[in-house]
Amino acid sequence: MTINRLTRRLFGASVAAMALMGSYAAASAADLNALVWCDHSDPNLLKPFEDATGIKVNVKEFEGTGAGLAIVEQSQPGDWDVMVIDTVDVRRGVERNLFDALPEDQLPVAEIFPEVLMDQHSKFDGKRYGITEKFGYNTIGFNKSKVEAADMETLGVLTNDKYKGRIAIYDYYLPVMGLAAMAIGKKTSELTEADLPAIKEVLQKMKANAKALTDVVASQTALATGEADILIGGGEWVTAGIAKENPDLDFSIPKEGAVLWSQSLAMFKDSKNKDNALKFIQYIMSPEGQARLATSSCYWGMPASKAAALDADQKKILRFDEQPEFLKRAQGYPAPSEDLDKKMQDLWTAMIQGQ
Amino acid sequence: MSQASTSRIGWASVTPALLWTLVFFVVPFVAMAVMSLTQKEGGFSLAAYAQFFQNPSYWRALVNSLEVTLIVTALSVILAYPFAWILAFIVPERWQRLALMLAVLPFWTSYVVRSYSWLLVLAEKGVVNSTLVNLGLLSEPVQIANTRAATVIGFVHFFVMLLTLTIFANLKQLSPNYRKAATDLGASGFQTFIHVILPLTLPGIMVGAFLTFVLAIGDYITPQILGGNNELLMPQLIMMQIGRRGDFASASALSLILMAVVTLAYLACARWLKIERA
Repeated sequence: MTINRLTRRLFGASVAAMALMGSYAAASAADLNALVWCDHSDPNLLKPFEDATGIKVNVKEFEGTGAGLAIVEQSQPGDWDVMVIDTVDVRRGVERNLFDALPEDQLPVAEIFPEVLMDQHSKFDGKRYGITEKFGYNTIGFNKSKVEAADMETLGVLTNDKYKGRIAIYDYYLPVMGLAAMAIGKKTSELTEADLPAIKEVLQKMKANAKALTDVVASQTALATGEADILIGGGEWVTAGIAKENPDLDFSIPKEGAVLWSQSLAMFKDSKNKDNALKFIQYIMSPEGQARLATSSCYWGMPASKAAALDADQKKILRFDEQPEFLKRAQGYPAPSEDLDKKMQDLWTAMIQGQ
Repeated sequence: MSQASTSRIGWASVTPALLWTLVFFVVPFVAMAVMSLTQKEGGFSLAAYAQFFQNPSYWRALVNSLEVTLIVTALSVILAYPFAWILAFIVPERWQRLALMLAVLPFWTSYVVRSYSWLLVLAEKGVVNSTLVNLGLLSEPVQIANTRAATVIGFVHFFVMLLTLTIFANLKQLSPNYRKAATDLGASGFQTFIHVILPLTLPGIMVGAFLTFVLAIGDYITPQILGGNNELLMPQLIMMQIGRRGDFASASALSLILMAVVTLAYLACARWLKIERA
């Protein structure tokens, strides 16, 4: 055991053990222990699966791949069965030897929008370790009664003084820096350290026009309460879930494109309930599971499967039929190297601090 | 009772406290110290600490934290003292219990809920702006939410309650004879307060102020919700290291630096941090 691992264990034992104790205590051999994002905690998603299979799903929510992987490192092998993870980060789990290959022949891979499968991030040595379950866009979310629609069709809005003081920025450096890069004609997949000074200029102009940087909940609150009219980095994930109460909330895919986010499900190599884990993944990828996940109470997003059993209203809100065109213009989530990732985060920190 | 058995009883009495401190403070502290020095790729390095001192954005987070915390502590003391005074000396004895309960009532709500409530109150369409605009005091709403001012308001609302309790307890311990003696010797009410009451209640103020400082400087929720992330404070910077990147070395180093600042604050006011029966 390395020193690093030992200290993390100590840290985990003293800090996280108590927090995790509750979920472990409730678990049993027949249960499924899932490390998830908040959209998977919705009873409307889990209960039909539990009723149909008799498998109880114990969920623990986390935000951010780093925090999720830290929970895994602080746990015993076999404690967790499945994990939700950014598709671009599946590699990080594979490199840590955490994930098992998924049986593609038992999963509806053919029904998934090909653009969101992202094999370069989820398939290694010919084996699939993550399957995309949901996706969407970090783009421009807005209140269409308060802005001019034409302005939302270009990423020029990122630095447009016209909306000064009416803009909120989603506080996550990777997608928003991806948008900033696209605004100056860079490809998100080709970003290097040399691009950072130009991106910094865009970020500084954005910050000067912005009222606040907001997390997921605050983003929804800002648009819903009228505190902000435009959310940079927003998309269907922030507007769709509250569209019925706020029909003026919408999102655009500008002519320069938008950043495509996608989340995947992975199965742990040390899972003691691999059969249950596979059943759960199959359920999530089924037409019914996809529809429920897409319209989860925490946030809505596009189902990865074209066969998702969404009704007409839900499809309209998610702009389901426009996806082929949107996907053509979208660019992948930035997937920087460890070193570039750190520099991007530091640049984001400097932007917030006004430096 | 022999000296040996007294010693055994003494050790038996303090052992639970020592074990508690060992398990829940010393072990995590050592783990964090080691982690702050441990590189992802293996080996030890001071890189995480060097990063703090070399990166102006990180340094700025500490300055922001200190500025906000000192403002909050000062405002909380200024507001809590008269409040505690009124409770201790003006509110009739039989109403004091009820008044104290009402004073701490906001403690009963969730910290997160309270912060989001403040966000709605301070928003452009919130109660504060609407009232000021309707009264004609403002021509248009001003931005209060998502600013440092909102963070300070959220903090002060919480810590005034805490300080009121510590100062109230201190004031109630004061013998009325001190005031009577000062008056007999010709001191005015103001002179009595400045030269007698205030020095005697200073320990209570300092205990409350120190608690406010420690709790505010390490708080993540309030600046995150109310500050709108228009500037970063140390707890937000620490969380940022963990979120996506899982950079525990940086997070640990920043946490220990924050802890060093708290230690310095303790040393600065240690002489007053003792409760003496007046």
